[in-house]
Amino acid sequence: MKKYLSILMVAAMLIGTTACSSGTNASSQTPSSQAGSSEAASSAASSSEAGVTGSCTISGSSALYPLVKNALDAFKQTNPDASVTLNAGGSGTGLKQSADGTVDIGMSDVFADEKLTEDQAKTLVDHKVCVITMAPIVNADVAEKVTSLTTQQLIDIFTAKTKNWKEVGGPDEPITLVTRPSTSGTRSLFKSYALNGAEEASNKSLETDDSGTLLQTVSQHKGAIGYVALSYLIQPNENIKTMAIDGVEPTLENTYAGKYKVWGYEHMYTKGDAAGVAKALIDYMQSDEYGKIMEGLGYNVASKMTVERQDPGPKK
Amino acid sequence: MAKKETVWRGLIAACGLFLILLTVSIGVFLCYKGLGTFTLYKHSVWEFLFSSNWNPADDFQGGGQVGAAIFIVGSVSICLLALLIATPFSLAAAIFMAVISPRVSNRLLQPAVEIFVGIPSVVYGWVGLTVLVPLIQKIFNLQYGYSVLAGGIVLAVMIFPTITSVSADSIRNIPLQYQEAAYGLGSTRWQVIRRVLVPAARPGILTGVILGLARAFGEALAVAMVIGKMKAFPTGILSPTNNLTAAIASDMGGAADGGEYNIALWTMALLLLVISFAFILIVRKISSKGVRER
Amino acid sequence: MNQRHRNAILTDRVMTVVLYGVAGFFLLLLAAFTVYILGKGVMEFDGSLLAFNAEGIGNQFFNTVYLVFLALLISVPIGVAAGIYMAEYAKNGRLTGFIRTCIETLSSLPSIVVGLFGYLVFVVMVHGKWSLMAGALSVSILSLPLITTTTEDALRAIPKSWKEGSFGLGATHRQTILRVMLPGCVPRIITGVILAAGRGFGEAAALLYTAGMSTDINWSRWWKLSSPVCPFNPFRPGETLALQIWASRTEAVAPNAAQVADMSAAVLIIMVFVFSIGARAIGNRLDRKMTGGKD
Repeated sequence: MKKYLSILMVAAMLIGTTACSSGTNASSQTPSSQAGSSEAASSAASSSEAGVTGSCTISGSSALYPLVKNALDAFKQTNPDASVTLNAGGSGTGLKQSADGTVDIGMSDVFADEKLTEDQAKTLVDHKVCVITMAPIVNADVAEKVTSLTTQQLIDIFTAKTKNWKEVGGPDEPITLVTRPSTSGTRSLFKSYALNGAEEASNKSLETDDSGTLLQTVSQHKGAIGYVALSYLIQPNENIKTMAIDGVEPTLENTYAGKYKVWGYEHMYTKGDAAGVAKALIDYMQSDEYGKIMEGLGYNVASKMTVERQDPGPKK
Repeated sequence: MAKKETVWRGLIAACGLFLILLTVSIGVFLCYKGLGTFTLYKHSVWEFLFSSNWNPADDFQGGGQVGAAIFIVGSVSICLLALLIATPFSLAAAIFMAVISPRVSNRLLQPAVEIFVGIPSVVYGWVGLTVLVPLIQKIFNLQYGYSVLAGGIVLAVMIFPTITSVSADSIRNIPLQYQEAAYGLGSTRWQVIRRVLVPAARPGILTGVILGLARAFGEALAVAMVIGKMKAFPTGILSPTNNLTAAIASDMGGAADGGEYNIALWTMALLLLVISFAFILIVRKISSKGVRER
Repeated sequence: MNQRHRNAILTDRVMTVVLYGVAGFFLLLLAAFTVYILGKGVMEFDGSLLAFNAEGIGNQFFNTVYLVFLALLISVPIGVAAGIYMAEYAKNGRLTGFIRTCIETLSSLPSIVVGLFGYLVFVVMVHGKWSLMAGALSVSILSLPLITTTTEDALRAIPKSWKEGSFGLGATHRQTILRVMLPGCVPRIITGVILAAGRGFGEAAALLYTAGMSTDINWSRWWKLSSPVCPFNPFRPGETLALQIWASRTEAVAPNAAQVADMSAAVLIIMVFVFSIGARAIGNRLDRKMTGGKD
């Protein structure tokens, strides 16, 4: 019996040492097998109504993540044989992995050329699946007295020039700034369109990894101010109030009409044209049918926008 | 038969050498990524270590500032506070286990220490966030409870088992004659502990403290949950700050791969590796010295 | 002199009380900690949260166990072999000293550094995706030094006479190790492995960038190993319980995220208890068996 122990150990060691290389094989096979299956999938989709088959992996922006997660529930009901794995991880990760071809769809808050080299960005095809509206939020105790801020007041607050709410007509409470990491897409959007490019005072603010944490932090602390996408505000929370900017309330309607300025596209990037499950999913998310659900979740439908924004190009 | 013996020996030796390969390749990969800050984006080591201007550009042109001093000071101050809290308690627990009541400790304390080691760090962080942070806010009447203190306490609980078990082992390993001789001279138990056992076990205790420090330095998520992550030097133990591991965990996914920001985070990881390596060298020095003295 | 003597006795009494106090405090702290976490888990108990589907944490539980299993499959053979090398074959030289430094460095590596290394090597360099395998490989780096040192210590603790007896009967070194020494070490090695497993269960930082944060498995496809929804496919992404706690902070859109995190924490604590008590029990029992009933 002991004889087998040595054999077993050798075998196990071989597994161990070849684990890396077998990992390589398995994963290098995946794209090709996927390509095969997605071809089959698209032909199947055209011939019957039963839905697509095959698999699709998605990673990237945590702002878009909840929406895709929601869309998948319905999508998988009509396409029971499609397998979709969805990961967050951040816009940078999503773009990098889709450019590498390790995921089929990369979700991003920003245009690809902002976080990729020009050559990499060229290989990607942009699908704008929705528009996201960012709202400044405050703890409810502040909103009793202040419900709107001018852009200048907002800039002064986020650059920590204004330190107490009474300076803008609020209660006598110190302002607690709650922000996102400087690599976050939400933060760069808020910086560009709400703060006119002014850099937030990182040395005076609590940084939170994600919008969920930010929301909790603001709701638990008096005098706190932060910003999240409207999609995070559909759950009623009496401790949190949105703040109007220059008198314009952050609502989906105001964004459609071009009145409210803090919004941005949410992108789904595919390497080359989308195919198979990825195409079916993107088509579904851009459909009118899903558009209604999307609005209920706090996202804007991209096709209903009356204003448009161009790719600002690589950051200089 | 002889051939079998050689093959077996080769396999076993290969596994031993594999450990070297693994360690070295971790080092090499981190250097390859992390040194980019200095070679590719032309920042000085001085700037990285001592400047507090942290504003790396999230693109491939570079030109930002990569001063990580805030994160380094944050890490150091939280760890020192954790040590300050944990060491006296751990030492007392170790003495209790090794000297006062070995029987009770074998049945109760030893398993308890092992369980403490096993509790996942995210669970510590979770409890710290839901219990400790609000508590600190209430007690000190602060704007918020995220603070160096919260991080220090969470880490102290995490590293206490490490320090305790290493110290207890080293006290137990002191030859019995030491104790007997001291008792024979009419010392009380406390005198034996203070004047004989603790000094004799000092290298082991120091080793435990440094191993604890190493664990505290590398802990990421538990600290990230309670530290507040403000990019400013802490002004006291009640103020929030940021640290190396929390910065890596929060920005790695969002930064453009290979960009200045991303590479600067790799440099931080490299720094963590260098620090933990330095701790190991110190421990080796202490323990070899201890052996010589004995 | 008399006064000094009395003082010494007094100090002794006081310090004894203090030491008892500290020891008691720790037991109390652990008890409070456990009761708090379990209590919260029990109070918010909701059977559906334990289910093996998208709402429950059953799949995460499975991922955790499966990932640790994979990690041990890799690290136990290598770790035990490396331990044998260190105890039996390594000469007292520079190389051995260097290996020892490597082992110690590995064991004190910040897990996030290991995670980043894993991300770079097992995910980016192989052009792979986040997968259980990449996570398992990262965790195995963390458990390797523990298993190696346990094996080495266990082998060194074997009485010299065993070895000499075996050699005297004409056994080779390999036969002596495999048939005489290693069986005697099994209890201690098992204890080490279980402790390593315990560490693996709670690991989160090393998995943040390797194992992925989602789970899409279909239990009816368990037989189709190549399918990305097959639970046993090691090359699919899989979220573990510890990651779930971390993620409930990141994806807090779900209204019951905190509740899920509490449940996960409770389950993790139970696992830790079962494992460390199990490790002691197995260790004691096997020890008794090996040493012929003497305790």
